[in-house]
Amino acid sequence: MTTERISTRDAYGAALLALGEHIESLVVVDADVASSTRAAAFAAKYPERYLNLGVSEQNMILVAAGLALCDRTVYAASFASFLVGRAYEQIRDAIALPSLPVRLIGTHGGVTVGEDGATHQMLEDLALMRLLPDVAVLCPSDYASAIVQICNANSWKGPVYIRLGRMPIPPVYERSDSDFHVGGARLLREGDGVTICACGIMVHEALEAATILSQQNIEAEVIDCYSISPLPAEIILSSAHRTGCCVVAEEHFRKGGLGEAVTHLLCEHYPVPVLSVAVKDLFGQSGTPEELQAYYGLTAERIVSAAFQAWTLRRRSPDAL
Amino acid sequence: MTEIPRIPETDLLRLEQRAINVRKDVVRMIGVARSGHLVSSLSIVDILTWLYWRVLRVSPEDESSSARDRFVLSKGHGCPALYATLADRGFFRREELWSYRRLGAMLQGHPVANRTPGIDASSGSLGMGLGIAVGMALAGRMSGSPYRVACLAGDGEMQEGAMWEAAMAAGHFRLSRILLVIDRNHVQMEGKTEDIMGLEPLDEKLRAFGWRVAHADGHSMQSLQQALAEIDSSDAPGAVIAKTIPGHGVSFLENGSFRGKDVLNRQRVEMALRELEVLEQETLRSHPSGEALS
Repeated sequence: MTTERISTRDAYGAALLALGEHIESLVVVDADVASSTRAAAFAAKYPERYLNLGVSEQNMILVAAGLALCDRTVYAASFASFLVGRAYEQIRDAIALPSLPVRLIGTHGGVTVGEDGATHQMLEDLALMRLLPDVAVLCPSDYASAIVQICNANSWKGPVYIRLGRMPIPPVYERSDSDFHVGGARLLREGDGVTICACGIMVHEALEAATILSQQNIEAEVIDCYSISPLPAEIILSSAHRTGCCVVAEEHFRKGGLGEAVTHLLCEHYPVPVLSVAVKDLFGQSGTPEELQAYYGLTAERIVSAAFQAWTLRRRSPDAL
Repeated sequence: MTEIPRIPETDLLRLEQRAINVRKDVVRMIGVARSGHLVSSLSIVDILTWLYWRVLRVSPEDESSSARDRFVLSKGHGCPALYATLADRGFFRREELWSYRRLGAMLQGHPVANRTPGIDASSGSLGMGLGIAVGMALAGRMSGSPYRVACLAGDGEMQEGAMWEAAMAAGHFRLSRILLVIDRNHVQMEGKTEDIMGLEPLDEKLRAFGWRVAHADGHSMQSLQQALAEIDSSDAPGAVIAKTIPGHGVSFLENGSFRGKDVLNRQRVEMALRELEVLEQETLRSHPSGEALS
């Protein structure tokens, strides 16, 4: 496996080129950030199917809706802050309510955007998007899986939101791996000590944490929970039955994201202790991506400490007593 | 300027009769629902009748044809007028009108695409329709199917920033297949538009955004037809600023004694319907060929 670090936003550029070749009806809309979202490669190759609406995210979403209502296959991308933040009502009313198959790509998710600071560091997009009925919400953990998820999103019947990042990250999967459907998850490491559900950049951190935990004789089960909505309920529940405790790690506010989704699921069906590794009620700020990741506690070390805590509190099955 | 023929007198009379009957159904459906925006629905009835019987190439038989013209009611709260027009045009059974705003109904309080035959786009929150129309027109251009996209907007919603983002895009892309009709009734929720957040000069603003603009009497289909001829072009989007009277056709609505929030009780429904009956008779008498049709 290649160990080259590469951002998930780069996957958007690659996926669009692949899609453009096969899908005649594909239209890519942009609000003047194609170089940053990596839609620029598609724009250069298929200028007649690319629309730069200028700096107007609300209008971009409405135009995307109009195109989809006239049977175009639409991908719309901007920075997650501006896409989901600025145009939320347009997404809600014009895309989600009529359940239009528009693929919304939020790049620059999370604090690892870096130096640009808080306005550009979206930490509530997963929450906002998973609240909308029948909208699929994905957060891929590496470049290779992001490409597949962006391409597969096209076969989902309703709207899809995919959160991507700017920071180059190490690979989790082989490039040839293609098993990433909406509503799915990947069990990356088996174990009976603690379940770690993670998405985005935190999947790699979770795998590192699992290595450290293993040295302490706790075998962690690591799940790449890239599908935040619909949630892969059966995979999470069966893991919780095995381990009796859970840690959820995400580059998002503790409120509203994957952590709350998993907690709710477990509370309802199989209550076990759940601890969250996420950003606690704080906006981002300027800094290097690595500094910010450490400052906001989005690290393997934090997952290890949460996992220990969860493990000591774990629900024990009667025959283990 | 393209030559667009005047509407022949006999056709005009039939259209005016249709509009009066649509008005009656609007009063009835809002009366039955005891809820809905009556005043702003009545200001757009003539515009909708004109669009659906003279301008738009749409029909219930080709309801999902990809080459059909599209219509977006940006002022979604005026949907009783659209629903009654669509029923009149045969898109669905007239009986559906009586369940408007009821739980589970096909006819929602604001239009929802994919739920009602003939509704091309969802709307309700103001300021969203024109952007959707821009997307539809771009899709038509890309697919080599230059259908017309008409968007009917309220004047109040021209205060929304997104309308001007869309207006800028329509001008930039020279979307000549877009027809924006602005229902210029000069009122919005809390008062008069020019007192609350002045829109004028609306025509010059749109022209500055690359639009062709004409004014019309929004209650005269002949005037609307003339305005369309004036703005029709191959290189710019067109807008008709249609001067209308809120609640047009019913005196106690026109004079403002009935407020939008007042319930349309049975007595008022009866008063409104009687007035519309009288209006229908007067309309017939005013046309040379009218007596023969009555």
